Amino acid sequence: MHLIGLGWMDYTIMALYVAFVLGIGQALRKYMKSSNDFFLSGRSIPTWVTGLAFISANLGALELVGMAASGAKYGIATAHFYWVGAIPAMVFLAVFMMPFYYGSKARSVPEYLKLRFDERVRCLNSISFAVMTVFASGISMNALAKLLNQLLGWNYDVSLWICSGVVLLYVMKGGLTSAIYTEVLQFFMIVLGFAPVVYLGLRDVGGWGALKANLAQVAQHPATLALNDKAFQADAWTSAWKPLFGGAASNPMGVDIFAMVFGLGFVLSFGYWCTNFLVVQRAMAAKNMSAARRTPLIGAIPKMLLPVLVILPGMIAASLALTEKGGYRLPPVLVKDSAAMVAVGIVKSSPADAPAAVEAVTKAVGLKMNAAKVSAILAAKAGLTDDQIKARLQDAVAENDYDGVILSLVKKYCPTGLLGLALTALLASFMSGMAGNVTAFNTVWTYDLYQAYFVKNKGDSHYLMMGKCITVVGILLSIACAYFARNYSNAMDVIQLVFGFVNAPLFATFLMGMFWARATGTGAFLGLLGGMTTSALFHACTLATGNVPGIKGGYLAVVRFFPSEMAQNFWLASFAFAACLFLTVSISLVTRRTKTDGELEGLVYSMTPTKVEEDKVWIMRPAVLGSILLAGCVILNIIFF
Amino acid sequence: MTLDIRWPIGLLFSIVGLMLSLYGIFTRASTELYERSLGININFWWGTILVVFGVCMLIPAWRDSKKKT
Repeated sequence: MHLIGLGWMDYTIMALYVAFVLGIGQALRKYMKSSNDFFLSGRSIPTWVTGLAFISANLGALELVGMAASGAKYGIATAHFYWVGAIPAMVFLAVFMMPFYYGSKARSVPEYLKLRFDERVRCLNSISFAVMTVFASGISMNALAKLLNQLLGWNYDVSLWICSGVVLLYVMKGGLTSAIYTEVLQFFMIVLGFAPVVYLGLRDVGGWGALKANLAQVAQHPATLALNDKAFQADAWTSAWKPLFGGAASNPMGVDIFAMVFGLGFVLSFGYWCTNFLVVQRAMAAKNMSAARRTPLIGAIPKMLLPVLVILPGMIAASLALTEKGGYRLPPVLVKDSAAMVAVGIVKSSPADAPAAVEAVTKAVGLKMNAAKVSAILAAKAGLTDDQIKARLQDAVAENDYDGVILSLVKKYCPTGLLGLALTALLASFMSGMAGNVTAFNTVWTYDLYQAYFVKNKGDSHYLMMGKCITVVGILLSIACAYFARNYSNAMDVIQLVFGFVNAPLFATFLMGMFWARATGTGAFLGLLGGMTTSALFHACTLATGNVPGIKGGYLAVVRFFPSEMAQNFWLASFAFAACLFLTVSISLVTRRTKTDGELEGLVYSMTPTKVEEDKVWIMRPAVLGSILLAGCVILNIIFF
Repeated sequence: MTLDIRWPIGLLFSIVGLMLSLYGIFTRASTELYERSLGININFWWGTILVVFGVCMLIPAWRDSKKKT
């Protein structure tokens, strides 16, 4: 990807955004009087704000970049993450689980677990959540720094540290409220920054009909765009369900319908949206119980429509690459400088017509190459300078950098001005991802680890101070994780894997905790541990075809091959969930309950009297609104069947 | 209470929108610039839409602040 030229207009927009974000932090400083204000926004945020923050906290780098990447790789089937995954989970959270989170007066998700079960479960959850959220933050920041480096030529380290510094400043000053406000700001920036890109892209391609026709060709020969080695039926990119029914071999994702519906739709999605404190924290900041229940539902409305903004660009990119409209091609993976130097050396020293030379060059570069183009370079090498050889080698790379898709579209369609807006939207989403994760992290650390185990009985101002200090630590840890994350290309697959390890068993624990009074602390604790162990073991013993045993799994032994990494992830989640469920139930039945019925009131379904709906307007009742949303999802699924 | 979020949102988008649409007007003759956006002066049009959005945020915020005082 070549550097993009920014005009003064673009820099001005970026600077304006940063100024506003810092200004919000500053303006909120005087309202941060207690730890409740800092970590929970004093539970006073209007519902439309918490609703938008709820989905916006999740709409970080990963969503934007990863969804466009998946849109190019898999087509409309990516929408399953939204229409089968997120929306049903959000409705379930709002209607069934929020009363326990909000009503129990727990200040965090781990604290709910402590009230419902015991300290061990809380400890396990808070530690695993803390680690996971810091990782997510790091991955977000790594993507940002990489982007600024590739696109604007800014130094990776400088970008990383400066952006982290900005986030640190506004979170330290305004706490959760700062994070929530900037998340809502970010939401509008993303919608308003990318809508024109999607509009222009769709118009350029010739509308949905032409897009569908092009993608039909892509589906039948994905290898021409280096998307996939197999071939699929014509509607594989534009039909969300039909290719699934044919089994794992007939869709580019390589998953079967059970893995998709149960693994992704139930286990992973519910595991994330219903138990992840990052999003639940925003609902907990609402004014009262009905506002808290409405928060995920209000968030679900824009969430349903987000695929148009985030997935469609990927599909548009695939279509453009097929027709090579305006010379567009899917961005290739960048050749590392060290590898390029070695390869240039091999080119210069090999005889022009040795077939082994093409292989040697390919091996040196370390990526899939277009053999014909490499041969051409070897043939022409006498008349080429080193730099020219390097450029042609880069051009001959036949592996796609999917994470670069959304940016390549921004580069293609945005004149300076709009370019600044789109880039600022990206900047906003990355920074917001870090802010959200850090605020969740500092709450869990202060209440569930520090106050619970280390320093128990100090005054509130002590914990407020701790919260601010740990924000710094959280940012530093995120930066460390960013450097670690530098080694992976499609962030989405990795995140699903990590979430699978931790989340899949977790939802089983909450499900049992909230709906089965007989579930005991020991059962929950061992069930969780067992679920996580199952995740790890499953990963260690299975592998996706085409992968090498190691970080992708299968390092103990390969008991089973899966058609794709995604299939492996979804099955991993299903097994972990089942293991946790089984262990929690069986161990609970043989251990004694430590909580009386009275103690469980407000924490378990059977011990909580159902309240009369306090909303006078029937359409605003959670159950009604939830049903309408689910119906909307079904309609969307039918449209793109 | 706390800062009404509609103020920063409304302000930011009104300012950015205004800047974009003015920039769009000043550069309207530049076909080379708008070749990328399929010949449409996207800065001007989108800038205008942003201003409308910003104002839609600011008006209720302003009215609510009047109600309180």
